[in-house]
Amino acid sequence: MLAAVLVMAAIALLVGGVLGYAAVRFRVEGDPLADKIDALLPQTQCGQCGHPGCKPYAQAIAEGSAEINQCPPGGEDGIRRLAELLGKEFKPLNAEHGQPKPKSVAVIDEAVCIGCTLCIQACPVDAILGASKQMHTVLAAECTGCELCVAPCPVDCITVQPIAEDLANWKWKYPAVPLKDVA
Amino acid sequence: MAVSPHILPPAQSVTRVMALVLLGLVPATLVYAWLFGPAILINVAWAALACVGLEAIMLRLRGYPVRPYLGDLSAVLTGWLLALSMPALSPWWLTLTGCMLAIVVAKHLYGGLGQNVFNPAMVGYAGLLISFPALMTQWPAPLALAHAQLGAADSAQYIFAGHLPAGLKLDAITSATPLDTLRTQLKQDRTLSEILRQPLFGHLGGKGFELIAAAYLLGGALLLARKVITWHVPLAYLAAVGLTAGVFHLYDVDHYAGPWFHLAAPSTMLAAFFIATDPVTGATTPRGKLIFAAGAGFLTVLIRILGGYPDGVAFSILLMNICVPLIDAHTQPKVFGHGGDDA
Amino acid sequence: MRQLFRFHGGVHPPEHKAVSSAAPIVQARLPQRLIVPLRQHIGTSARACVAVGDKVLKGQTIGRAEGYVSAAVHAPTSGTVVAIDMRPVAHPSGLSDLCIVIEADGDDRWIERTLLDLARMDASHVRNRLRDLGLAGLGGAVFPSFIKLNPGATAKVPTLVINGAECEPWITCDDRLMRERAQDILTGARIMATLLHATDILVGVEDNKPEALAALQAAARSLDFPADIVAVPTLYPGGGAKQLIQVLTGKEAPSGGRSTDIGVQCFNVGTAYALARAVQHGEPLMSRIVTVTGAVARPQNYEVLLGTPMAELLEQAGRTSEANGVIMGGPMMGFDIADTAAPVVKATNCLLVKSPKLFPPLPRTMPCIRCGACARACPARLQPQELYWFARAKNFGKTQEYHLFDCIECGCCNYVCPSHLPLVDYYRYAKSEIWAREQEKNAADLARRRHESRVSRLEREKAERAERLAAKAPVKKAQATVPPDSAQAAARKALAAETLARVQAKQAAAAPEPLDPPASS
Repeated sequence: MLAAVLVMAAIALLVGGVLGYAAVRFRVEGDPLADKIDALLPQTQCGQCGHPGCKPYAQAIAEGSAEINQCPPGGEDGIRRLAELLGKEFKPLNAEHGQPKPKSVAVIDEAVCIGCTLCIQACPVDAILGASKQMHTVLAAECTGCELCVAPCPVDCITVQPIAEDLANWKWKYPAVPLKDVA
Repeated sequence: MAVSPHILPPAQSVTRVMALVLLGLVPATLVYAWLFGPAILINVAWAALACVGLEAIMLRLRGYPVRPYLGDLSAVLTGWLLALSMPALSPWWLTLTGCMLAIVVAKHLYGGLGQNVFNPAMVGYAGLLISFPALMTQWPAPLALAHAQLGAADSAQYIFAGHLPAGLKLDAITSATPLDTLRTQLKQDRTLSEILRQPLFGHLGGKGFELIAAAYLLGGALLLARKVITWHVPLAYLAAVGLTAGVFHLYDVDHYAGPWFHLAAPSTMLAAFFIATDPVTGATTPRGKLIFAAGAGFLTVLIRILGGYPDGVAFSILLMNICVPLIDAHTQPKVFGHGGDDA
Repeated sequence: MRQLFRFHGGVHPPEHKAVSSAAPIVQARLPQRLIVPLRQHIGTSARACVAVGDKVLKGQTIGRAEGYVSAAVHAPTSGTVVAIDMRPVAHPSGLSDLCIVIEADGDDRWIERTLLDLARMDASHVRNRLRDLGLAGLGGAVFPSFIKLNPGATAKVPTLVINGAECEPWITCDDRLMRERAQDILTGARIMATLLHATDILVGVEDNKPEALAALQAAARSLDFPADIVAVPTLYPGGGAKQLIQVLTGKEAPSGGRSTDIGVQCFNVGTAYALARAVQHGEPLMSRIVTVTGAVARPQNYEVLLGTPMAELLEQAGRTSEANGVIMGGPMMGFDIADTAAPVVKATNCLLVKSPKLFPPLPRTMPCIRCGACARACPARLQPQELYWFARAKNFGKTQEYHLFDCIECGCCNYVCPSHLPLVDYYRYAKSEIWAREQEKNAADLARRRHESRVSRLEREKAERAERLAAKAPVKKAQATVPPDSAQAAARKALAAETLARVQAKQAAAAPEPLDPPASS
């Protein structure tokens, strides 16, 4: 009886020691979870998820206070990647937060723009250039298409236009192989 | 619609690949019929028919077009291989059960042509061997040794109705295979040379059986010549069978049959050229093929000698099938520009 | 006799070269309008430097090279620029691209040409001139040549390979060029060798072109040029640069690297010819030899001005009733041209006119049976069946693990596949998805960085404001009745109201013509 207890205790101590050692020795200095989640988010910074930017949303997901299906720009693909990272079930996009849209950029109608700088203040990625009472313009390469500049504009001169397909961004399509079709 | 290339060589298709393999089976099938009676022809025809019928049903159920997929001849091949692996005088329902295991379970439940993990014919055979061990050992005796001969009509009657001609007992026309005989008699403490002197045994293997093996070899040579298969699998398989058997033989000459005996078994040659070479369930890289086939050859002999079944081909192939993804993943050839030499 | 090596795999498709190789090169007719795309090479589009209405002379630069990997484009004849707009171009997508349209005046009047004096100019100056003359590889990849003519840090590329293999079926433009203009080709090769400090010059020609081999050998003798003219075995894709280098030198260009890493540079014979014209005559690259073959009445090679609409060239070659499509390039790697209004460009080596008889519809596809025929045919020693498996499953990470980007899209796997699977289409799809995701990720990283810097800037400003406030607070304690934040807000509100009024007035004024916004970009 005593021998058994001692053996068990010895094993427990040994295994505990090994595990403790391994925990210290092989410690992974990896990204905290929020950073990993943030890396999967599209960085549109649009706030459609109900958080002021992608990072806060990532933190909310990491804390468990937000669902993974609140990001329309990320689309289903994004939700799948989050689900995979977090080992959760895939959920369809929550329609309350909006619908996925094709990648777009904001375009300022420069003739109408009055140079009020309200859109510059709204832009989360500083992609609008201009000064007070000067015409503003959008840096298309930097614009994430978040639409946050649209509402503040007092003269409605900003439209968000889908990026057209051209030779630079054209992609080969998934081949259609009719294995099931009757030939 | 494919973009490029815009041309394909005319005579090249899955159908052609399968047809060539079938052609490679013809010599052995004819020799089989010549030495053991016409029952094998009936069994092959029945198995092929059953497989095609089951394939058609499964294709229909899975929503695939029936005609092009039946035209690929893969079901015919599965049936033919299964029939060649089974005793020729198997009752019809036994063959049908094997075909169901092969086509329905091993092939279509895994996703059909190209998707199956296990060799369908071997799944059918292994399933039958486990479920009906007695029936699966009633092999027709070589005509030269049999006490009576069954014609085509009599064979058909036995296979489909279970009747033998009046006055004929099953024992008179069947016997265990040489491999099986060897196994059982070794257990009865006879020495090897004693056993091999019996009339069932010929120069290298079983009388008649060794000729079938030679015919498989001939058919295999055809496949090699037409580049349907590469040398890797047959060579590695036969080498592994020979080496493993040789090691056992040297260890105890009186107890373990020599490499020639194992190589001259029809199942060895069938496996080397027609079963282990199945592209779908085998390894695809050159080194992978060597490992896959060598493993199968080694296991074949091991199961024959130490296992509880008369032959080890089916189990060895199925076991190696499981290992294929692992083997392929670890035997990737060096890609151009990655510092390797032409493999 | 040079020891030759062989590359893995390869196929022997029917050649059909005799169809177009017998007749000599003829001059294509001068079209009325030429459409010159600004993007004819790998890299950045050229930037237009003429305006609509400008008169241009033959050989005048109409698009300047922009960025490092780029090349200029030139007016192929004299005339007037009538449009600079989006036109259908030769691209598998069938999309349009920015083109300069020139109405030919029929005079074909040259701009003043200055020859390149190699003895006096330093190498980088020569290369800049070649860039301005629009030199780009004519073998298919259209990579700007001046970059490849830079020996780089090693200062020396000992082996120069001139590629006359021309392995694609049907195409004979290099064959005819070698037969008829071997001296110019070798002159170009000599200039290349000088720029690269190459000591070993190899010209590889597939042994199905004995006339071309003989012509080159004769030219080498008469020029007293120590080039080794080597007959290489006819085996597709032996004309791939990597494959030809392997056959001739036994060396493999490292994955993801350049052939100069192993001391070899490779140019197409057409590029060598164009280089000779550029240096000796000051001619920019504005014409090339194009094979027109297949279902046409007069299959042969044409010297075509770049920008000539394909339809006009096909007209000259003679349309046939059974023609049902045009491939640019060969049958193994070419792509269907959606609209033959698209112009001939630097990459156009062949227009192959299809007919149902020459190109019967491909048989139905069957599932992959993992037979490995593709792996045996692959010159890059890939495992196409695995790549197919992962690309089909959109498992792009795995495709990269299996070295998708070492695929040269030669089509051999596709060609030998008994299941007739469009394997290369899957690889192209996977590659372009991976590139797109890479770009998306870069864009996301950029956005993250910009957002983070903005957030930190706002915080900093807030802190600074608070500091200032704290410093002023004791002084202004008495009069601080309104918090400055709300004062600011009030000011902003006032500003907004004022501007709104102004804009409403402006909009009201602009109301009659709201549908015609001024061009903004």
